[in-house]
Amino acid sequence: MPFKRYVEIGRVALVNYGKDYGKLVVIVDVVDQNRALVDSPDMVRCQINFKRLTLTDITIDIKRTPKKKELVKAMEAADVKNKWENSSWGRKLIVKKRREALTDFDRFKLMLAKIKKASLVREELAKLKKQTKA
Amino acid sequence: MSYKFHQYQVVGRGLPSETDEHPKIYRMKLWATNEVRAKSKFWYFLRKLKKVKKSNGQMLAINEIFEKNPTTIKNYGIWLRYQSRTGYHNMYKEYRDTTLNGGIEQMYTEMGSRHRVRNHCIQIIKTATIPAKLCKRESTKQFHNSKIKFPLVSKKVRPPSRKLKTTYKASKPNLFV
Repeated sequence: MPFKRYVEIGRVALVNYGKDYGKLVVIVDVVDQNRALVDSPDMVRCQINFKRLTLTDITIDIKRTPKKKELVKAMEAADVKNKWENSSWGRKLIVKKRREALTDFDRFKLMLAKIKKASLVREELAKLKKQTKA
Repeated sequence: MSYKFHQYQVVGRGLPSETDEHPKIYRMKLWATNEVRAKSKFWYFLRKLKKVKKSNGQMLAINEIFEKNPTTIKNYGIWLRYQSRTGYHNMYKEYRDTTLNGGIEQMYTEMGSRHRVRNHCIQIIKTATIPAKLCKRESTKQFHNSKIKFPLVSKKVRPPSRKLKTTYKASKPNLFV
């Protein structure tokens, strides 16, 4: 039952509500019990409520309120982007985004691919069944 | 972040007359929701301090004051005078925020909730940015920790926009972090 993800300076979080929805941000300082000062390479540093954040497992090594350049350097050093994109949570979000962006033609191609895959699986299954019967 | 209360610098003086060719100019920094209210407040306070009214005075300038460093967290100390049901009292309150307007707004809402004081019954005497060493209140001092670390104890999953909100859910949510 102990906690694994803490609000701390350097914790990477995902914004789950509001204008910056879906962005990965780093907690750079804590304002008070409900708000954190949050920063990301492509946005102005701002304060955001913890209710709008979901903490991730990734942390980076920074001092309290670093300069933007130091923040970017620390994010590169901790390889946040790759860690996120290879994590199961990150991968699921990428797949979700890809699915949302499908056109009708893409969905058609997807349907054909699914049918092909199912038929291949069924072929192999039939072969195995024949073997066990024989 | 849009704040309800804006900080204005209001400058005014009494009208020049034969006895006083160059009356003294007074400047006030005050908080109001808009410029009209700021001017009105200026005359209200000036009336109490000097022998001048809006009818025999003139407004010289009104400018909004914006936060210089909205990306740094500061500790604000606010001295205020408020009217309770039984009389007037002075208070000193501390808030942590990135902007002074944010701190003032926190103060107004806190006074409303803790003491049932309405906005118009509060007069702000003085505000200051307090360095961490001189803060008096434990609730602000507990965040003066460069290695601050605490868990978020309960996680409420919210729909990502108000539009996707539903009154009924199929199952109880799991609030574990």
